[in-house]
Amino acid sequence: MPRRSEQRPGHAGTKTVVNVIDRKPTYLMAPALAWLTCFMVIPCLLILALAFFRRGIYGGIEYTFTLENVALVFDPLYAGIFLKSAWIAGLAAGVAVVIGYAAAYAIASMPRRYQPMLLFFAVLPFWSNYLVRTYAWIVLLNREGLITGLARWMGYEGEMPRLLYTEGAVVVGLIYNYLPFVILACYAPLSRLNPEISEASRDLGASGWTTFRRVTLPMTVAGIATGFVFVFVLSIGNFVTPALLGGGQFQMIGNLVYDQFLKSNDWPFGAALSMFLIAIMMGLLTLQTFATERASGGRVPQT
Amino acid sequence: MTGQSRVTARLMLLILGVVFAFLYIPISVLFALSFNEGGLPAAWTGGSTKWFGALLQNDDIMGAALNTVIVAVFSTLMATLFGTLLAIGVEIRRRKGRFLETIIFAPMIIPDIVLAIALLSFFSMLNVTMGLHTIIFAHVVFNLAFVCSVVRARLKTFDWSIVEASTDLGAPILITLWRVVLPVLAPAVIAGALLAFTLSVDEFIIAFFTAGAGRDSITLPMQIFAMIRFGVTPEINALSTIVMCVSVVALALSQRLNRGGLPGQ
Amino acid sequence: MKTGLNGAATLTAVIALTGAAAQASDLVVSNWDGYMAPDAIEAFNAETGNAAELVLHATNEEIMGKLIASDGKGYDVVFVSSPFAEVLNNLGLTETLDPAKLPNLANLYPAAMELSHDPGNTFSVPYAWGTTGLCYRADMVSEAPDSWMDLLQPADDVSGKTTMLATDRWLLAAGQLAKGYSVNETDEAKMGEVRDLLIDAKGTLLAYDDTTFYAKLVSGEASLVHAWDGWCNYGIAENAEIKYTIPSEGSDLWVDTMVILKASENKDAAYDFINYILDADTHRWAAENILYKVPNQAAMDGLDPAVLEAYPNMGMAPEKMLKFEQLRDVGEAQRAYARLVSEIRAAD
Repeated sequence: MPRRSEQRPGHAGTKTVVNVIDRKPTYLMAPALAWLTCFMVIPCLLILALAFFRRGIYGGIEYTFTLENVALVFDPLYAGIFLKSAWIAGLAAGVAVVIGYAAAYAIASMPRRYQPMLLFFAVLPFWSNYLVRTYAWIVLLNREGLITGLARWMGYEGEMPRLLYTEGAVVVGLIYNYLPFVILACYAPLSRLNPEISEASRDLGASGWTTFRRVTLPMTVAGIATGFVFVFVLSIGNFVTPALLGGGQFQMIGNLVYDQFLKSNDWPFGAALSMFLIAIMMGLLTLQTFATERASGGRVPQT
Repeated sequence: MTGQSRVTARLMLLILGVVFAFLYIPISVLFALSFNEGGLPAAWTGGSTKWFGALLQNDDIMGAALNTVIVAVFSTLMATLFGTLLAIGVEIRRRKGRFLETIIFAPMIIPDIVLAIALLSFFSMLNVTMGLHTIIFAHVVFNLAFVCSVVRARLKTFDWSIVEASTDLGAPILITLWRVVLPVLAPAVIAGALLAFTLSVDEFIIAFFTAGAGRDSITLPMQIFAMIRFGVTPEINALSTIVMCVSVVALALSQRLNRGGLPGQ
Repeated sequence: MKTGLNGAATLTAVIALTGAAAQASDLVVSNWDGYMAPDAIEAFNAETGNAAELVLHATNEEIMGKLIASDGKGYDVVFVSSPFAEVLNNLGLTETLDPAKLPNLANLYPAAMELSHDPGNTFSVPYAWGTTGLCYRADMVSEAPDSWMDLLQPADDVSGKTTMLATDRWLLAAGQLAKGYSVNETDEAKMGEVRDLLIDAKGTLLAYDDTTFYAKLVSGEASLVHAWDGWCNYGIAENAEIKYTIPSEGSDLWVDTMVILKASENKDAAYDFINYILDADTHRWAAENILYKVPNQAAMDGLDPAVLEAYPNMGMAPEKMLKFEQLRDVGEAQRAYARLVSEIRAAD
């Protein structure tokens, strides 16, 4: 009979299970991996390889090997654009995670039978169309829009500060559009928190806040990290929101890549930019996974 | 959660109220605009339901809406299946391969224009007929990555000893997965599926490029994007209103039929 | 897992069906929304017995990306602006046109047969043309604008209430024309000046907007916008105080064209379609209802006088328009242009 493994942080239970089902993971992962290889890895490698060739005069590809596109990526202009996009995406992700986690926590604290419904209603607005929602924000925020109307109705006479076509509008738009994803991501680990653990913590004298900070939060940090990554990744590649809510006045990495492929017909440079973008993001994600593993190790696992 | 004080309960309700207000304010705007007599959102010119009528007669929009649902449903089903299995497989493994992690995260990181063009070029190279099915194939790619992430987040706090107990008792691995692991994972799987569905329903770039050239593979985001020449018409607002109402009705019906609640409760 | 299997079975059925349905139509036309008569396709089908269908694209860039990535497969006739038609031709994706199959070409103005991007209309047929200028609310500006600088360095009462076109080439064109340079200028130093001018202009700009600028004029959010003449007409239709003017430094002549893809498998039907569009009555309907000028002499001669009166720019003579330069594909310089626009957009 397999021995029960010792209580080692993060590994309780997994070692012995793996002994039993060591070969099975491959079968489980196979369909997904095959799909990804066929419909993502191969096509993308083909396109990204173009980074090493030259753009033809009229936008086709000239198959002469060159590193000029790769070199161009390091131009300060593009570095600046990347940093700006990362800043906006990071801000949006940070705020979204706070709001989303709070919402997910609140949903998870409701009676169980209401939870699916609440989740559904949290997600429902996002089954309307992205553009439609963004235009609704424009109606709200523009100088002659509803928020101005409300202010005037309440008696405010002066010139309204510019709400729309600002960086702030873009951030709000991003938060709004990706909030449900954070809620869903955070809900997953929150939904099965064993209430007895929190009770035990309080029985032992910890306040509600301390219980939250030192018991609940660490156990659900995986959801937070996932949610942050979702919003960050989706925001950084987004080109619709900066164009519509930012009035096209910000160049984000998403627009930049889009422009290379579609406006300049410069697939090689677009491919080079994408390669670097992917590499940087991959690096960030590895960091995040690393941090999550560290943060979630040492906990007592529970069903 | 049991054992929380009244203050906490009130706080929870307050949070929910604020967040839902934030979520629904733009929605109420577009809801109101769908009844606006005039075409431009700039001015309210009176109440009217004429846009709903115009909408239902607009075959293009209705056709696109149907296509969107087909694409979303199928890509969600496949992505949830593949993604969940992938998540379980990855979390079971003793070694966490860096390469594996890269492939799993890649669909989320690759700019969608790159994926879109890559797939179109690839399909074109292989002379594949494009159509709704190619959109579905493409959507499964990023959907499964998101489902996998959500399910993995749940699996981090999963107690594998129950799996061990089940196999100790002689259950074959598939039965263990089906009857022991899955019920526990259910909320995460459902959350992942909802996520995938939402992503698919609203996705434009990849759909545009991987669609066929004809009318019958146009999805709603493609249709709406093309129609924004004149800004968002009340017709489109009316459509969004209808979509959400229909979803609510569908949910209410499913609650009725499924009084048992979610599995695992 | 049961749902998975059911799903797979239905999926197969759907694939089979969509595959079958895709063969049904014999002509695929891609155009912007609302750019043709709503029943143009049905009327065409009824008249010629074809089974054409219309699909939409929102921007030139999207349809170009799709055509280039798929080698033009799947589409038969595509409406694109002239610089893009040029690119398609240079990449070998367009069919060389046989004038014998397009008798209605005779309806076009002679000048429309000698456009600089395609003299003789060998690979593209012009559908609509016009100018780019300033669209403004006469009741909101203290004096009527007459220069591009009125947009780029606006007077105080207009500052913060201006928009510029977001599409790269037109964005740059405003600066190029203001400085007196060609809209296809490639000299680095000159383009540097244009860039600086446009970066400064950002300070007073409300937004870059390609689609809702006329709605902003109507609502009063903007009082002076960079606009295509046809779009300005939509604003005029909503508010009679809106006027269109071409600045003294000049404008560009934009031309939207129809091309047949070389990969098309329905070329005869494609020719029929283009010929049908060039018919005097069909084309006149387009002009009167879409409020764009068309290069079709037979159509414009019979234009409803009421339209001419309400929308003065509809009456602009072709000779005047041809004085303006067309936007051409700038080849190698396209990269520099893209970079310039990035710099402008990224600037604070």
